[in-house]
Amino acid sequence: MPSHLEIEHLSKHFPLRSGLFGGHGGEVRAVDDVSLTVERGEILGLVGESGCGKSTLSRLVMQLIPPTAGTIRIAGDTLTGLPAGEVRRRRRDFQMIFQDPYASLNPRLTIYSTLAEALRTRHPRLSGSSLIDSVAALMDRVGLDPGFMRKYPHEFSGGQRQRIAIARALAPEPQLILADEPVSALDVSIQSQILNLLRQLRRDLGLTMIFISHDLAVVRYIADRIAVMQAGKIVEIGEADRVFHEPTADYTRTLLAAIPRIASR
Amino acid sequence: MPLLSVEDLRVSFHTRNGIVRAVDGVSFTVERGQTVGIVGESGSGKSVTCYSLLGLIPKPPGRIEGGRAIFDGTDLLQLSDPQLNTVRGRRIGMIFQDPMTSLNPYLRISAQLVEPLILHEGLSRAAALDRAIAEMAAVGIPRPADRIHAYPHEFSGGMRQRVMIAMALITRPEILIADEPTTALDVTIQRQVLDLIKARQAELGTAVIFITHDLAVVSEVCDQVNVMYAGRFVERAPVNELFTSPLHAYTRALQASIPALQTKGEDLYTISGRPPDLSRPIPGCAFAPRCETETRDQCLTDRRPELVEKSPNHWVQDCPGCLGPLRGNPQS
Repeated sequence: MPSHLEIEHLSKHFPLRSGLFGGHGGEVRAVDDVSLTVERGEILGLVGESGCGKSTLSRLVMQLIPPTAGTIRIAGDTLTGLPAGEVRRRRRDFQMIFQDPYASLNPRLTIYSTLAEALRTRHPRLSGSSLIDSVAALMDRVGLDPGFMRKYPHEFSGGQRQRIAIARALAPEPQLILADEPVSALDVSIQSQILNLLRQLRRDLGLTMIFISHDLAVVRYIADRIAVMQAGKIVEIGEADRVFHEPTADYTRTLLAAIPRIASR
Repeated sequence: MPLLSVEDLRVSFHTRNGIVRAVDGVSFTVERGQTVGIVGESGSGKSVTCYSLLGLIPKPPGRIEGGRAIFDGTDLLQLSDPQLNTVRGRRIGMIFQDPMTSLNPYLRISAQLVEPLILHEGLSRAAALDRAIAEMAAVGIPRPADRIHAYPHEFSGGMRQRVMIAMALITRPEILIADEPTTALDVTIQRQVLDLIKARQAELGTAVIFITHDLAVVSEVCDQVNVMYAGRFVERAPVNELFTSPLHAYTRALQASIPALQTKGEDLYTISGRPPDLSRPIPGCAFAPRCETETRDQCLTDRRPELVEKSPNHWVQDCPGCLGPLRGNPQS
């Protein structure tokens, strides 16, 4: 059986423009010949510093930008090269969670409207009381009180907003969740709630997840395997504890040496 | 005698939604050369504490309701703005989370670095420029004599933070207030900036007040740590002691909720609920609604728990509810 997500020789090069009329400026290899697989139900941690290409990689997987070269397959189906309409249809299968839930939720929609819209991408005929029931079930699943479904995003705290964003990502019943720094903007005490929630969702729903973060301690905790990215390339990939405790790539060692640690334990 | 002694500082903001007690009776001291940490979550009042010492909170809506901040024999809270100008940026320097918001984008770095020297020390422009270049070299900026004439946007985030540190330390202040100085930086750059602050501090003997939400950063840079919650200090201890034997329920819960200290596969401890609404008076223990100790029903409700010294240098709010063992948590 093929892996759930297979990325083969994926590249994305952006042209560098020099001067007013473009000219020949070379290119930036934001993603440079990346190959990796993610198994069903696995959480893959993707770490790297700003500018390493991890966001470009996630936008490629989400089919938001076309790759320069390479293929992406989800559950055996090749996504790269599909016509635009088909990409839109398939997009339900992979959903994203962003760092700043406030920026990614429509401030003028109630939680009900946001979630109902997302639910209907998968079940267009859902309406009336069954739609309300589905929204309530979704809110329940992410630990929100369904009694709040008529409220607006600004009426919620940061942690609750991230729960709403997670609920919206779950609504179209995706097979793959791409979480881009989902806890970086949250306070320590809220961060632990969201991490617990993501682990619980993986257990209950068998979700496959790519968890992007700059925080190695968080990734070590939540991910099954860790991929370390530098300058567009995956420099190391392996089982999380192994990468964390016995890194083989020099760059991983540099990263690990840099994280502040609580020494006295 | 401590270099800085803050006693019962109270700061509030008078807003349309009522009086928000952002800092509610905070006391601490800073000794020469020492690094004192203030750790807390967003909205706990850690930045307001430091900003109010330098007259940097907007008034109105901000108002200093009481307290003293004795620095070298004078109460900073009583100084007029012109008097504060002789302290701010000269004897007490400051660096912020985002260097881009505190550097003037229209001015070359050189203009911004020489300004405090000309203003505070009366140096000539040429002499000030020499000192500025030396300071750029001291914070590890390559080719400082050329780079000093660049604009802030021509530097990377880490280099900008170095420039900020150079600017804050150029007048050899006795205290450096660092407000989340590495939060916006990548981990390898954070390492360089933390090391740089420590190195410059050792060379110059500067005391540092380090504000952060990051417990790991605290554990690396601070000598003494204050844990802040809802405008109050709930615990203060030497850094190692705070991590080996935390006393207050909030401190213990925080430590149990960070992934770095937990075994993989085990659920993280979570603190239920939200921080209290500071626009309502809190007569008793501010953590009581979220406290999950076995003795939580003993949390003080009628009077505020006092900070008491439980063991030498280890202070904690004396709330019987918050000192009991945490429920369902192997860490406690």
